[in-house]
Amino acid sequence: MATVTMTVNGKSVSGEVEGRTLLSDFVRNNLNLTGTHIGCDTSQCGACVVHVDGKAVKSCTIFALEVEGSTVKTIEGMANPDGSLGVVQQAFQDNHGLQCGFCTPGMVMSAAALLDENPNPTETEIREYLEGNICRCTGYHNIVKSIQAAAVAA
Amino acid sequence: MYDFELRRPENLSEAIESLSADGAQALAGGQTLIPTLKNRLASPDVLVSIGGLAELQGVSESNGVVSIKAGTTHGVVAGSVKSYPALAALAANIGDPAVRNRGTIGGSIANNDPSACYPAATLASKATIITSKRSIPSSDFFVGIFETVLDEGELITQVDFEVPDVANYQKFDQPASRFALVGVFLARYGNDVRVAVTGASEDGVFRWSEAEQALGSDFSASAIDRLEVDAEGMIEDIHGSKDYRASLIKVLTKRAVKAC
Repeated sequence: MATVTMTVNGKSVSGEVEGRTLLSDFVRNNLNLTGTHIGCDTSQCGACVVHVDGKAVKSCTIFALEVEGSTVKTIEGMANPDGSLGVVQQAFQDNHGLQCGFCTPGMVMSAAALLDENPNPTETEIREYLEGNICRCTGYHNIVKSIQAAAVAA
Repeated sequence: MYDFELRRPENLSEAIESLSADGAQALAGGQTLIPTLKNRLASPDVLVSIGGLAELQGVSESNGVVSIKAGTTHGVVAGSVKSYPALAALAANIGDPAVRNRGTIGGSIANNDPSACYPAATLASKATIITSKRSIPSSDFFVGIFETVLDEGELITQVDFEVPDVANYQKFDQPASRFALVGVFLARYGNDVRVAVTGASEDGVFRWSEAEQALGSDFSASAIDRLEVDAEGMIEDIHGSKDYRASLIKVLTKRAVKAC
């Protein structure tokens, strides 16, 4: 076991982990931040996307120890400080950008990363950016609409 | 996945030292290695994390050569290589954005997945693979599927690409994995034309020499009309037969010529 320290959603946290402990397991099991979902655990579905130092990464495909000293943002960090929904979250709610909701944390984190890089994406750019996020309800149309609305609202 | 010791060396020399241990393996971006570990297809005792090392980051371009440090992610290559647009475009279309934020050029080339994109670019653009021990021409580097000439503990540190006059990469996506079902990287240096093919052969990436000769004397799509790729030795799986892959090589090569 080794100690890992990082900043998650603005708070400094640390915990004891094995070499093989994935970031997804660390945030869910050690920090009880269960908004990050593990859909496939094979690096394909994107439900576990979080931001590490501002970049979208699949938290099931990076070890917790690799994130030592980094800044992590999970879906729990997307709300406003008063607890109300952030811009991207609100856009998903307003546009029915979710059905079962399982993929939504990853969708929101990918959408936020896209809008950081490209504040006014075209529909094609949004769809291309979501290549690594799978929605089994196949609710992509409304997810794309949500991200377009978030771009306007931001 | 089996447990292992994860080491985080502070610099390159420490990393190379750690890699000399028995059962040690380098961990770059981990986008292939971590899924492999989960499937217990690899069980290293020690993983040496090199992805974050500053000495392995960055792109430089001068005198017709693009030098990419081995730990540079696909996302950074896509955004920062200016003098070799075909290479930047290839990097921009690997996997998905989250994979491109972690996966590295050194990891891709060292792994030599038979459907990976970078090996084709490396082979077509007269690249030199620089390791902790030596410089290896790309023509000597790839041995077979998932196999290269790298020794135990030898680490890729940089890849130098000679920028061609024109180049184009045609990738026929396997839509589930985002790997190439077949990919053709075409690079032209005067009359010296290189056609490197990934995703197709059971022996991994290779150069289609007949097409290179034909295109060297006549750089037009019709120059390869009379050529056929032998389907023998092609990969066959649920996504495509041997014949289909052989056919795709020719189709994609023509598209690449037209796009140049």
